[in-house]
Amino acid sequence: MEFLIEGFAATTWQQVVMYIVGALLVFLAIKKKMEPSLLLPMGFGAILVNIPFNGAIDQMMEGIGNVPGILDWLFRVGIEASEAMPLLLFIGIGAMIDFGPLLSNPKLLLFGAAAQWGIFGTITLACLLGFPLQDAASIGIIGAADGPTSILVSQVLKSNFVGPIAVAAYSYMALVPIIQPMAIKLVTTKKERSIRMSYNPRSVSQTSKILFPIIVTVIAGYVAPASVSLVGLLMFGNLIRECGVLGSLSDTAQTALANLITLLLGITVASTMKAEAFVNWQTLMIMGLGLVAFVFDTIAGCLFAKLLNLFTKNKINPMVGAAGISAFPMSARVIQKMGQAEDPQNHLLMHAIGANVAGQIGSVIAGGVILGLVPQFLA
Amino acid sequence: MNSVLASLEIMWKGMAAIFAVILCVYVAALWLNRKKKEK
Repeated sequence: MEFLIEGFAATTWQQVVMYIVGALLVFLAIKKKMEPSLLLPMGFGAILVNIPFNGAIDQMMEGIGNVPGILDWLFRVGIEASEAMPLLLFIGIGAMIDFGPLLSNPKLLLFGAAAQWGIFGTITLACLLGFPLQDAASIGIIGAADGPTSILVSQVLKSNFVGPIAVAAYSYMALVPIIQPMAIKLVTTKKERSIRMSYNPRSVSQTSKILFPIIVTVIAGYVAPASVSLVGLLMFGNLIRECGVLGSLSDTAQTALANLITLLLGITVASTMKAEAFVNWQTLMIMGLGLVAFVFDTIAGCLFAKLLNLFTKNKINPMVGAAGISAFPMSARVIQKMGQAEDPQNHLLMHAIGANVAGQIGSVIAGGVILGLVPQFLA
Repeated sequence: MNSVLASLEIMWKGMAAIFAVILCVYVAALWLNRKKKEK
């Protein structure tokens, strides 16, 4: 009857640590409502994959050989072989985005570019700390504040840290309401945070909304071809939304497709959270660097807005620049709340939403650009 | 040290590429708005 206790005897302290990590993620998802659709499957998956001899992941069985497990199979097919899961999720995300506020004030696009600097600053910092370039780039992309992009880039670059990177990306996205106010206050004065911005929305025609995703795809395709898979599927989803003749497909992309992939993505990524790969000092460093990436992004966005203010007549509230990170719509809400804390009559929400959706475009372009540039330095 | 230098090169090339795309999109968005006004 020894087989009954084989599992207990084979449990390592690292696996116990992973059970605690898994329980913590489940707790944060349920009690604190932190990105529950991703952190709950990842937390449960972290417990699941660390049970000794479990059949959910590949096992080498005596007398039989390799027995495939469903989670490892899902990872191989859905992420490793084709990056299908994160990419298909972009169709759903694209179908959820309204580029109207951005199109009515295109200047906000610039913040979507500036706030990506945190990604690159973090890559350099990670290299200084001794991470190889492909791992450093995968860690930096946490600053894209976009889970699917982080998973995709770290997987394509064959980073050894897909699990910790996904956990960091989704955790910090949920922590935007805590991280961003601290970072914003570091680089702005009360007076700057009180700057009012008038909102005079121009109506955006349906033709403009239809042409926009097509134009963005073509431009991104020519300037940064590696970004096309990301940008293209995001914009494809948006085109379905805006074309006006595919209502049911748009609804499906926003709900059924996005939900189905989200359902599988979290637990599939958890297959990389095996104790031997997760419990080490690099994971702690990745969590720290992920935080740095979010802070760098926020600071870069604010400073860029301050730079623009030197040359423009209508001043921009620097906090709007911070919304240029992709964490949508949390970041825009944070900016609105901070603006009203300084001046209850200050309404920054629509400006912040415009910068926030620009961040969505900027972050997927950044992901594609990194996928195009980093391999050149690895050859 | 090589990887640090490489990361700095990736930084400026990457930001240049992102701004290039975004500036083109910005011009396109202005054009889309202008088209509307002419109507």
